[in-house]
Amino acid sequence: MAEGKTMTLNMGPHHPATHGVLRIVLELDGETIVSAEPRIGYLHRGIEKIAESRNYQQVIPLTDRLDYASASANNMGYCVTVEKLMGIEVPKRAQYLRVIMAELSRIMGHHLFLGTHALDIGAMSVVFYAFRDREMIMGINEEISGYRLTPTFFRIGGVAHDTTPAFIQKVRDFVKWFPKGLAGYHTLLTENKIWTTRTMNIGTVSAKDAVNYGFTGPSLRGSGVAYDVRKAHPYSSYDDFDFQIPVGEKGDVYDRYLVRMEEFSQSLKIIDQAIENLPEGPVMVDNPWVSNPALGAVQKDISALIRRFMIQTKGPVAPDQEVYQSVEGAKGELGFYLVGDGSEHPYRLKIRSPSFYLAGALSRLLVGHMMADAVAIIGSIDVVLGEIDR
Amino acid sequence: MSYKNIIQNIQNKFPEAVIKEGQNNGQQEITLALSEFVEAMRILHDNSDLPFDLLLDILSIDRTSRKPRFDLVYILMSTQDFSRLIVRLEAGEGEEVPSVSSIWHSADWAEREVYDLMGITFSGHPDLKRILTWKNFEGHPLCKDFPLEGKDFDKPFDPETIEDYP
Repeated sequence: MAEGKTMTLNMGPHHPATHGVLRIVLELDGETIVSAEPRIGYLHRGIEKIAESRNYQQVIPLTDRLDYASASANNMGYCVTVEKLMGIEVPKRAQYLRVIMAELSRIMGHHLFLGTHALDIGAMSVVFYAFRDREMIMGINEEISGYRLTPTFFRIGGVAHDTTPAFIQKVRDFVKWFPKGLAGYHTLLTENKIWTTRTMNIGTVSAKDAVNYGFTGPSLRGSGVAYDVRKAHPYSSYDDFDFQIPVGEKGDVYDRYLVRMEEFSQSLKIIDQAIENLPEGPVMVDNPWVSNPALGAVQKDISALIRRFMIQTKGPVAPDQEVYQSVEGAKGELGFYLVGDGSEHPYRLKIRSPSFYLAGALSRLLVGHMMADAVAIIGSIDVVLGEIDR
Repeated sequence: MSYKNIIQNIQNKFPEAVIKEGQNNGQQEITLALSEFVEAMRILHDNSDLPFDLLLDILSIDRTSRKPRFDLVYILMSTQDFSRLIVRLEAGEGEEVPSVSSIWHSADWAEREVYDLMGITFSGHPDLKRILTWKNFEGHPLCKDFPLEGKDFDKPFDPETIEDYP
């Protein structure tokens, strides 16, 4: 190619390495990226608009479809926000069950990251091992809720129902097995010469830049900022558990990979503590607006029947207030800004999705790198398009 | 009380900038005036007491009948002690809001989203265009007067009519 001339290359939206329908318009000088412009919106479903016409309980299944790789963490974010707005205190057993589901979904999200990220870079076999273990978590989801990917197990005021003995057993089996699986991933990648050559000193983000770009979660921690919502603003009994926040040093692709690998074992530690110390008691708050009366009572007692009818047709009512609450999703700080207006519908629901800001920084991250490193960088920030486009 | 110092600092330099401050649902919140908005935000970002260096999100609320019509909410966080601050700004219909994308890079996409879905324009934004919908999309979907099912749901979908940015 002649000196000074550039070529425009369109990457996506149908490209296996963009993890969904992300499209990036790249300008190339030879094989070096001169400028990059991410284009989003191919998966825009208007979840925020739809939520304004649903009642508070009906929004929960919509939130599953945000970060579909780790659905329970989204349920957690939405439910704790609504409960904060309505002033509902969730029973301890339900809080622990929520923590177990959210941490399992974080591991699921990181499995998808690990498998596809390695596949993009050229390590074919990792994805099979990652998805073998992910399948165990899918089995746990199926046991507790009947769904494998999007459990929708959370309800406002608690969780849908109590555990089964098989669920406890499956979680224990997973906790027992997973350290071996994790050691396998480390054997395949962590000291692999090809892996380290492809990932070290690629896509380096300084701590200052990462903060300015709006990074949160593992991508921010990879740059050395120890910010984790679970520690900084604890919710759902996270202060009961003993766990560390792994941080990186340089903020390159390899550091972000190591942070996520360490988060596997920290999440596992939390699940282990939660399942062994699971408190006894109800899994749903006793509040006439959110908890259904017992089925037997509905058939005998007219007031219970009316109550059930009102919950099913109208649902809980939120006060005329505004609240911001966030949780640590698999990709970073997943925040919900909720405006109530005294009715049974949210007046405005804004979802602060971590992936939106991670993808927004791609225009800066990719510049100056080779074309082949672009897939490594996109994989390392781990974006999910369901969450970006909403 | 470094937070109080910052507010004092803003008030000393720009006496008109802070309209209201206080707690809302246990969350620290201030309301700023449109006239010296960027200068006040720059103090929040640059001060040495408690720099709010991470802009978590920008959102807008459509109050329909109220004047001014829109509420803009900026959620800031400090990486020093991880405390959050909510900055509120009221903007009328058709009023231009100064962009803060020169202070926080994350405001770039956040402001584009607010423009796309709610129709609020930002002055001084480097590249203000639609982000989730396409170039010739009509209307701003999150406004309360935009119908839920869309304006053209009963017409056949023709991908040829969709224009994209170059």
